[in-house]
Amino acid sequence: MNVAILRFPGTNCEFDTQYAFEKLGHSTQIVWHNDKTLPQNIDLVVVPGGFSYGDYLRSGSIARFAPVMQEVGKFAANGGKVLGICNGFQILTEAKLLPGALKRNTNLHFISKYQHLKVVSNDNAFLNKCQKDEVLHVPIAHADGNYYIDDENLAKMKENAQILLRYCDENGKEESINGSVEAIAGVCNETKNVFGLMPHPERAIEILLGSDDGVKMLKGFEG
Amino acid sequence: MKAIVNVYLKQGVLDPQGKAVHHALGSLGFNGVNDVRIGKQIVLDVDSSVTSDIIKEMCETLLANTVIEDYNFKLKP
Repeated sequence: MNVAILRFPGTNCEFDTQYAFEKLGHSTQIVWHNDKTLPQNIDLVVVPGGFSYGDYLRSGSIARFAPVMQEVGKFAANGGKVLGICNGFQILTEAKLLPGALKRNTNLHFISKYQHLKVVSNDNAFLNKCQKDEVLHVPIAHADGNYYIDDENLAKMKENAQILLRYCDENGKEESINGSVEAIAGVCNETKNVFGLMPHPERAIEILLGSDDGVKMLKGFEG
Repeated sequence: MKAIVNVYLKQGVLDPQGKAVHHALGSLGFNGVNDVRIGKQIVLDVDSSVTSDIIKEMCETLLANTVIEDYNFKLKP
């Protein structure tokens, strides 16, 4: 695969993301936010984590207007696959490429730890190498991860299997660690080509560092 | 001319900061506070060519995320 990894002022997970995809045997390019085109023959665009534009106004609210995001919008509209991780998820919701919004965590803390996640839907281009109800162990690190969606749109998303992941304990019992509606940790769009999650699969690719559950998540994009 | 824009979380959307401040006020002995909502005020210095419609567009496009936030604004000479 050819993976384009976006970089905004304040992005800080682009190298971890690059390391992860290259370890899996893919070629990667880091793309600057001011670029007016995406590289040719891209199979996946990743919007990585960090603090784009210092999280000013709202997390992700300014990054969505960067020139490269116009191209990401067109890429997604043509069926291209896009993955937003953490701040990337926030940017994709602000850009309206994903439904809902991310608010401040209920406890107002920046939560940084390993977290269990339950796979809710695997019938998609991202989590197809994970089992339904499988419990994954992946780091989270965010202050604004409290996912909000109104009841009407939540019902539509559930019906269309757009809920990807929920926070849970080690036994798979769901728990909303940051206030997210129905403990939601990751979602996709209606056409299932744009994906967003708060946890960091790119930080869970070596057993030595605590978990390699991120491998089977990212490998999903290989098809 | 000044445009004073207020942005706040919609009614029905839990405001974690407001809730924490509400709790803190209670702990400090300030009773009788029924609810606290925290918003932000954005003050724009604009030319006379900037109409209410344009400010509304600014709010809808950038200043507020209408999925979770409401806004109002006043133009002051």
